Amino acid sequence: MANNMTFLETSVGKKVLMAATGFIIFGFVVVHILGNLQLFLGPEALNQYAAFLQASGPIKWTVRIVLAASVLAHIVSAVMVTLQNWRARPQKYAVKRYQETTYAARTMWLGGPIIGLFVVYHLLHFTTGHCHPVKAGFIPDSNGVINVYNNVIFGFQDTVASGVYIFTMVLIGLHLYHGLWSMMQSVGLNHPKYNHWRKAFAVLFALLIATAGISLPVSVLLGLVTPV
Amino acid sequence: MKLDSKAPDGPIENRWDSHKFNMKLVNPANKRKFDIIVVGAGLAGASASATLAELGYNVRCFFYQDSPRRAHSIAAQGGINAAKNYQSDGDSIHRLFYDTVKGGDYRARESNVYRLAQVSNNIIDQCVAQGVPFAREYGGNLANRSFGGAQVSRTFYARGQTGQQLLLGAYSALMAQVNAGKVKLHRRSEMLELVVADGRARGIVTRDMVTGKIESHAADAVVLATGGYGNVFYLSTNAKGCNVTAAWRAYTKGAGFANPCYTQIHPTCIPVHGEYQSKLTLMSESLRNDGRIWVPKKKGDDRVPTSIPDHERDYYLERRYPSFGNLVPRDVASRAAKKVCDEGLGVGSSGLGVYLDFSDAVKRLGEDGVRERYGNLFHMYEKITAENPYKVPMRIFPAVHYTMGGLWVDYNLMTTIDGCFAIGEANFSDHGANRLGASALMQGLADGYFILPYTIGDYLATAGKNSIHSDDKYFSKSKDDAHGKVNRLLAIKGERTPDSFHRELGKLLWDNCGMARSDESLKRALEKIPKIKDEFWQNVKVPGEGKELNQTLEMAGRVADFIDFSEVLVRDALARTESCGGHFRVESQTDENEAKRDDDNFAHAAVWEYKGEGTIPERHTEQLSFEYCKPSQRSYK
Amino acid sequence: MNFTLKVWRQKPGEKGKIVTYDAKEISSDASFLEMLDIVNERLVIEGEEAIAFDHDCREGICGMCGCVVNGYAHGHQEGTTLCQLHMRAFEDGSVIYVEPWRSRAFPVLKDLVVDRSAFDAIITAGGYISIRTGSAPDGNAIAVSKETADAAMDVAECIGCGACVAACPNASAMLFTSAKISQLALLPQGQPERMTRAQRMVRAMEVAGFGACTNHGECEAACPKEIKLDNIARLNREFIGASVKKQA
Repeated sequence: MANNMTFLETSVGKKVLMAATGFIIFGFVVVHILGNLQLFLGPEALNQYAAFLQASGPIKWTVRIVLAASVLAHIVSAVMVTLQNWRARPQKYAVKRYQETTYAARTMWLGGPIIGLFVVYHLLHFTTGHCHPVKAGFIPDSNGVINVYNNVIFGFQDTVASGVYIFTMVLIGLHLYHGLWSMMQSVGLNHPKYNHWRKAFAVLFALLIATAGISLPVSVLLGLVTPV
Repeated sequence: MKLDSKAPDGPIENRWDSHKFNMKLVNPANKRKFDIIVVGAGLAGASASATLAELGYNVRCFFYQDSPRRAHSIAAQGGINAAKNYQSDGDSIHRLFYDTVKGGDYRARESNVYRLAQVSNNIIDQCVAQGVPFAREYGGNLANRSFGGAQVSRTFYARGQTGQQLLLGAYSALMAQVNAGKVKLHRRSEMLELVVADGRARGIVTRDMVTGKIESHAADAVVLATGGYGNVFYLSTNAKGCNVTAAWRAYTKGAGFANPCYTQIHPTCIPVHGEYQSKLTLMSESLRNDGRIWVPKKKGDDRVPTSIPDHERDYYLERRYPSFGNLVPRDVASRAAKKVCDEGLGVGSSGLGVYLDFSDAVKRLGEDGVRERYGNLFHMYEKITAENPYKVPMRIFPAVHYTMGGLWVDYNLMTTIDGCFAIGEANFSDHGANRLGASALMQGLADGYFILPYTIGDYLATAGKNSIHSDDKYFSKSKDDAHGKVNRLLAIKGERTPDSFHRELGKLLWDNCGMARSDESLKRALEKIPKIKDEFWQNVKVPGEGKELNQTLEMAGRVADFIDFSEVLVRDALARTESCGGHFRVESQTDENEAKRDDDNFAHAAVWEYKGEGTIPERHTEQLSFEYCKPSQRSYK
Repeated sequence: MNFTLKVWRQKPGEKGKIVTYDAKEISSDASFLEMLDIVNERLVIEGEEAIAFDHDCREGICGMCGCVVNGYAHGHQEGTTLCQLHMRAFEDGSVIYVEPWRSRAFPVLKDLVVDRSAFDAIITAGGYISIRTGSAPDGNAIAVSKETADAAMDVAECIGCGACVAACPNASAMLFTSAKISQLALLPQGQPERMTRAQRMVRAMEVAGFGACTNHGECEAACPKEIKLDNIARLNREFIGASVKKQA
């Protein structure tokens, strides 16, 4: 009876899918943030990088498609697993105390959707410009170049926008902390000798990504980087 | 009552083989036409159910717990014996056989014990193949330890949880057969009646403990694997649910009950500490391998044990039994503890306790060395008593642990009712008057895996299908009886709880029919039991209803049967005026206060036949002959 | 010692509720279950139905007992079943909440008693080595290193009590399932059925209605036998390996 369940119909399978897609998204986030950190190298570096990305048509679209598919799969499996978990305990405890679990782990279901909404906002903010305070920044100059450097800085000079970024980066940090460790557990990467490194790895990357992400709006707000 | 042991003749080594050859077989295609009921899912019940199902029979397995994995076999700690001789220390099937007969104080049937020793080796193989994680040596071979008075290392073990691992092995075999559709489990079901018609067991009547439904189940054979009756003493190391009901019901339908007075009092248990106490906890006998037992030499010496110097301690086992020391068999160790406590030397607030001291072992092996061997036991002791046994000696006292008596069975494990079999602790067969350590697991699995599956085939091939169905009048009569009893218990609405009667009965038995029994004490008990019974049936209180889960009702039914049963137990103890094994009559002891057997008059199994409510049961005997192990006074000096 | 108990009472087929009882003059040496016994004795005398709770061996090995006590499965003491928890671990005069295991897969039968047959269903699906009685080779024919035997024993200690499910925020049965899968995957005897076992046990677990593992680690903290979370990683690995091999 149970044996015709497909791999992805099992929660274990869905968790593997989440781990794999999560890893792809994580990879993108690392590259994306590394790229954006070029803000600190000045307008030339960042603008050249942006132009390079714009020029790489097929690669850009492949990345976009893979990424979109990953995000979609990540979300769908997350929703299904979460619903399964909610169904699994119809009657709640009057008193329940936790011993091991973390805030990060218990807020995955909430953090996920918020990060999802942020991604939409992020795209409208910096990719399409629909939510950008200085829409003029998206008009190419006489050389046909969009000044991404200035765009970013103008974008972050809005305290509300920066606040959203900082808040979400904290959430992303939490999400990554639990997600990275979970990912290794879900795909069965464990060895008694190295197990204690798994959590250290998760903490390290979560911190790095969150700090890097926060450093951009904070630097702009503090006036450490200014438009040209 | 006819007691034909059906034990074969001839050289003892060949008896089981020739018996197997002479048994009738059920053709494989016909096996699936036979239905077998197994009551109980411990080592014996689970292994029998699994094996019978593998052979092709349709098995229904009933048990009172929520899963077969809960049965109390799971609590056995120390190990399981087998005559593998992996240690090359002189063990053999014959030596295991000899030790078991001698350990049982020459009150067991030689043919059965020899067979047990023979199949002991198959059990180990079977369990290893099932994935039981027995302890191993560094080279990958199975490890052994010596246990409970044996002078060879023949005990296989899985830390201090051997019973658990063996039971989970049998459970897994059982669940494989559930998966194959050959076994149907009836969880949370209690057998209330055995249905017998024309001298043959036809099935059982059960109560579904969740819905309260009383149900009939017909089958071609009924196997009782319902464990022992140690809980008749209220405080014992048995699980709370262990009860005598199934065996007692079989007895009232004509199954002989053999040697009920043989109760084993285990020497190393945690002492009683309060009125409210619900059970006693055993500490594995293996502790005696390294622990030294002592009491203060001076009466009323209430210094903390660590400040009592060595020369003011009496290591009484080492003193009295220099060659076996702390490793004397259970009955001897228990009685010795009772003796020193009776003399007023006992320790602890109740004075009912002796020290089991590991300070020498800690010196010799270091704390880690001791932890390696007994870590889980020490942990358990500390949990219960809040004392650290690495630092202060444990306090221990004997407690009821195992019952060697049980339903009488022949060599085929069939009771005196055709088609009703009893296996494991529920029968009387292999341990005589005293069971050696690490033999209970061996017997349960021997019966279930390797003996019953053969002998039941012989019975079915001869007797054929049972023609009486579960809607027949015999079943409806038994169903009415069961209903009647439930309703009667609910209707009394008295003022005492079933538990309070159970405690009263238990204390009466412990005081008068416990570690030492006398004509006087037994007669006193015999006088009081009917009074307890009368009051029970007038004054017990069972709130709630019969048609749903009602644990007070379950308890009341079991206590009622314990009360009835206790009378037979005491009668048996009274009739057996000798001392043997777990049965010590103060009138029958040597000059050195050791148990004195009376082989001329009591080299037999006493088998009680039910003669109706209120009538004294009849005592029959099965004479035991000892061709290979000549009875001698057991000496462990 | 005196306590105020807040106990979940539920008649079959009805909705349950928390009912308050006093537990008076309890010895600090009494176990938690003995404390419930004392309360029940009084309830019976007063003509009220006793609080139904599962228990049997009362020495921490049968796995029958278990309630969520003050929000902790088997109470707050580490590595302890409810029957081994003693009242000295509580503060005199405190309020104690006692609730049944809560999981869709473990429906309440009455009060604190739940139906755990879903665990049996998982084992039935493949938690065994199919070996016919009497057909086994000699015990020493299969060498098992001491390390392997010890590692297998570590997981084989699972008592199937269900505390892992009760403690898990998702009511997941992964720790239980992974303990059996690990034991048999570690041992050489378990190799022939290794792939099908992982496949079948995981699917049986899903069908039973348990939640998914989201790596909280609560199961490990609640487990009275201290079974490790690593086993869940092993289960995942076994399941992935089995699924890949099946496709190939």
